Amino acid sequence: MLLLSAADVSIERGERRLLQGVDLSVASGQVWQVLGANGVGKSSLLRALAGLARFGVEGSIARFEPLLYLAHAPAIKGALSPLENLRCHPACDITSSPAQIALALEAVQLGGFEHQPVGSLSAGQQRRVALARLLLTDARLWLLDEPFTALDGAGCDWLEECIRGHVSAGGAVIFTSHQPSRFSELQQDLDLGSYAVS
Amino acid sequence: MPSVDRPSLSLLAAFGRQFRRHGQALMASLTDVANPLLFFFMVVTLFPLGLGPDPLQLASMAPGILWVVALLASLMVSARMFASDFEDGSLEQMALASHPLSVLALGEVAAHWLATGCLLAVVSPVFAMMLGLPSQGLGVLVLSLLLGTLCLTLIGAVGSALTVSIRRGGLLLSLLIIPLNVPVLIFGTAAVTEAVMGRDPSTWLTLMGALAAGMLALAPLAVGAALRISLDS
Repeated sequence: MLLLSAADVSIERGERRLLQGVDLSVASGQVWQVLGANGVGKSSLLRALAGLARFGVEGSIARFEPLLYLAHAPAIKGALSPLENLRCHPACDITSSPAQIALALEAVQLGGFEHQPVGSLSAGQQRRVALARLLLTDARLWLLDEPFTALDGAGCDWLEECIRGHVSAGGAVIFTSHQPSRFSELQQDLDLGSYAVS
Repeated sequence: MPSVDRPSLSLLAAFGRQFRRHGQALMASLTDVANPLLFFFMVVTLFPLGLGPDPLQLASMAPGILWVVALLASLMVSARMFASDFEDGSLEQMALASHPLSVLALGEVAAHWLATGCLLAVVSPVFAMMLGLPSQGLGVLVLSLLLGTLCLTLIGAVGSALTVSIRRGGLLLSLLIIPLNVPVLIFGTAAVTEAVMGRDPSTWLTLMGALAAGMLALAPLAVGAALRISLDS
């Protein structure tokens, strides 16, 4: 099943054209890793695919299913506890019970931190709070911008497991990362270097 | 993976959730809530020192002073209304939600108004008495400030949404919204003055009520559109 298709997308940022002629179609069961040097436009592409950027984006992007977009800035409020952050997260269109949220926090190894302000947790733990959203969504397509940042080895393994589970259940994932490939047999690469405008 | 055990969220629930989220964030940083009140207190204490201690003169100027300070306090806080949401990525997520951005933003504005404008209106009799405002004006002062700060907050929300992506947008924000705040100031001061004089202030209060109702209907649409533009740049 096709979840997203982009044809001949070009992206401008400010006065500068970053990317040109990007074609991408994502079907369920696929994992796409977006590759490219710093500043090549990986995050801009993800924002455009999510539908957040319209000015400066040309070409056609069609989204067929609800998607989840996890940006660098993870929309987590430091003053709120992980429990409250997930309960009142602005993008979740489904309601999760406190028990489901507690379970998700347990899964990202934040059991015991449910009621502490997120601001008092470490960067990696804050990242885990943001990633716990992956367990509370029914979006089929995940757009993850540098999801492995700040995670320790066990966290990376958990995320890999989580993505594999999502994909085998009919979802799809597009993520950016500078880490070496983790999903060897599943994964397809989108190297933005070849679309960059020099 | 659609799941049956998690019902989707109604519009009202989405509004309530956003209200709650913003309200909790505000409660966690009490300085943000206390700042406008402290500002109000300081200015009201300074005026008698500057103008001289003549109670009659102070009382006659009190409606104007109180309203101008309320306007400035509201201006001061509205600049930051969406700033933290912009910085931590919440605005992006709000824009991606399936509910209209204007409704979600209105939830935030409502929480913001309760913690700033509404609170200021409720506390204002204390400040009014410090300036010697005759007691027959107190009720109208609170009522006019309740309606007026609602207008000011909604106007401020539009301005804040337009300037949130601009670094140091504070000055631009002031230039944008002070002209729009002028009618509110005029109506509010007039209502309180009428009440102090012993006349019927209902004309002015009705005008302010109409203004507030109109703003409440239109401002969220403008805020939603402005936030999308800000996110897009």
